[in-house]
Amino acid sequence: MDRRHFILSTLALAAAGCSDSRAHRQAVYMLVDTSGTYSREANKALLIVNYLLGTLEPGDSLAVARVKSRSFSEKDIIAKATFDTRPSQANAQKRAFRDKIDAAFKTVPGSAYTDITGGLIQGAEFLNEGGAGSKTIIIFSDMQEELDKVTVRNFPISLKNIRIMAVNVVKLRGDNIDPRRYLGRLDEWKVRVEKAGASEWRVINDLDHLDRIFGRG
Amino acid sequence: MSFQSLLLWPENPGLSILVFVVVAMGFMYAARRPVHELLRALGHMIGGPLRIAARSLAQAAADIHQRNKAVLLAHGRQEVGSRVEREFERLAAIVTRDLQGYPTLQRKLLDEITKIEEDYKKCGEVPPPPPDWTDAVAAIANVKSTGNELVMRVLEEIKRSVTAIHDKAIGEYRKSYETRHKILEGFMPFWRSVDKNLTQVEKNLASLQSSVSTVDAHMAKYEAINAATDKAQHALMVSAFTQFFISLVVMTVAAGGAFINFKLIALPMSEMVGAGDYITNSLRTSEVAALVIIFVEASMGLFLLEAMRVTHLFPRIASLNEVLRKRMLWIALTLLVILAGVEAALALMRDMLITDKQALLQSLATVQAGATEGWVGRIPTAGQMLLGFILPFALAFIAIPLESLIHSTRTVGGAGLIALVRALAILLRVMSQAVRQACRVLIRLYDVAIVVPLLAERFTRQAQRSGRKGRAADFDAERTHA
Repeated sequence: MDRRHFILSTLALAAAGCSDSRAHRQAVYMLVDTSGTYSREANKALLIVNYLLGTLEPGDSLAVARVKSRSFSEKDIIAKATFDTRPSQANAQKRAFRDKIDAAFKTVPGSAYTDITGGLIQGAEFLNEGGAGSKTIIIFSDMQEELDKVTVRNFPISLKNIRIMAVNVVKLRGDNIDPRRYLGRLDEWKVRVEKAGASEWRVINDLDHLDRIFGRG
Repeated sequence: MSFQSLLLWPENPGLSILVFVVVAMGFMYAARRPVHELLRALGHMIGGPLRIAARSLAQAAADIHQRNKAVLLAHGRQEVGSRVEREFERLAAIVTRDLQGYPTLQRKLLDEITKIEEDYKKCGEVPPPPPDWTDAVAAIANVKSTGNELVMRVLEEIKRSVTAIHDKAIGEYRKSYETRHKILEGFMPFWRSVDKNLTQVEKNLASLQSSVSTVDAHMAKYEAINAATDKAQHALMVSAFTQFFISLVVMTVAAGGAFINFKLIALPMSEMVGAGDYITNSLRTSEVAALVIIFVEASMGLFLLEAMRVTHLFPRIASLNEVLRKRMLWIALTLLVILAGVEAALALMRDMLITDKQALLQSLATVQAGATEGWVGRIPTAGQMLLGFILPFALAFIAIPLESLIHSTRTVGGAGLIALVRALAILLRVMSQAVRQACRVLIRLYDVAIVVPLLAERFTRQAQRSGRKGRAADFDAERTHA
């Protein structure tokens, strides 16, 4: 809050009208890939969760969910919270949230397949129900989707007005042989989420610049 | 449409242009008078209203000036009048305090003077003269000693008696002088008291004289304002401008204080009304609540100073009776103290919230920072609480510069308005003149364009004139011959 904001606030006192407070809230849904070798990256996921807890304001929402063989399920949500509007209560909730995530990440069960699409659908549902003004899905994964034969995910999905952030997209063994695979994989996801109506697609591999998650970088 | 298609003879553009120019010149020459009149009419049509508007604005500026002068003088009269009133009150207080006891002082002085006179008279009393028997003693002293034992004895006896009487008289004389000296010694406190009282009287009179000269100066100013002299008006105008800028500076400083105050309580207010509620798109409810508290504090300060009769922004408060006014004063003061207490508590809560947030962030960070404990860590908390308590009282005093600003803004704004209206009037006048001159220039330019037919016309007229003169000369010659 700067001086200009102070003056604006003073002037705005005279202005009538109320605004929907939900429009100012942020909701973040984080998908954590636990399949195969990627489950070893759990410590980095914890780093991101901590960053989110430190950045989100009272009134914002945060949910952390696992990406498993089939991820379209509420059961995959490890922890979720809508922080209280009172800062002291929000801080207490954040501490509890961190403890819960810490405990969950200590024993991360690996999964055979990676259902990123199912996680995205679940995340979009969660975010749309909350009605927050800014909705973000963070995908902590190598973005290599692997589905079993019975799981159906090849249909159009809706990610309208949702920002999609792919974080820590590690290169697979094959990507090193042919980087086009890695770039092609990211391009495919970009096309898919933009086609689904996502407002933004961004890849953040440098964890020192997590502020880009909220478009500040 | 190409340039060639406009030409009469496309193969000979020079001739075509020449013919076009000659024909156009012919038409323009034929239309010369109507075009001149049209341009003149246009000049009048545009320039006239501009001139009228300029005159109206100048008149409006003069009216505003008169009105401002009247308001300024009225305000000055009121201000100087109230100052004179206050000076008279002060004089009355001095007279009541110092000169009310003047009769007592005078009586005291008279008593002391009477006492001094009486004592002085006592000092003048001398011991009674020696009795008449001194003559007898002198006669006996003249008796010649013949060695007669009887005579010698008588004389011895007389001598002894006289010596005894002399010693007694000398003793009485000394005693009398001693008494007078004591009386004179007793004069001293009275003299000192008289001196002190007279010095006090002199001081009081000097103070009274000084106050009277101040009243005289104010009265002279009041008379000048009443006479509506230019000097008085100028002095009042300068004073208003000075007041305006000083008040503006003080109000800016106060705004800085209010900003600090706002920063102190905006965060903790979110604990009360919630941090996620918004009134407008960018305005949080907690920020509005903090602003409301600051404005309420400023209002309470305003009412407090009004009730104390320091400011006079609300005539209704000024006209309240003493009991109600005092009640209002105490209510405003109590509310201000309560609000200051609330602010101090909010400042403490702000510190606690920030500490809690810092602790959370540290626990979330990979590298843990060492905590700063001890009395040093308490200084910011105590400072914030103190600021939170003091700032509302400091803000209360903005009522004084606010009143000054409101009063001086009328004069300064009026002067600014006059300057603006005058500038507009000058601008319109310049535009009017420019339009008229432009029309004249256009008329001249038109004539320049048809200079060839005009020259031909002039030559023709000259030839006709010379022909007429020649014919007249022939006619005169014929008449002479006849």
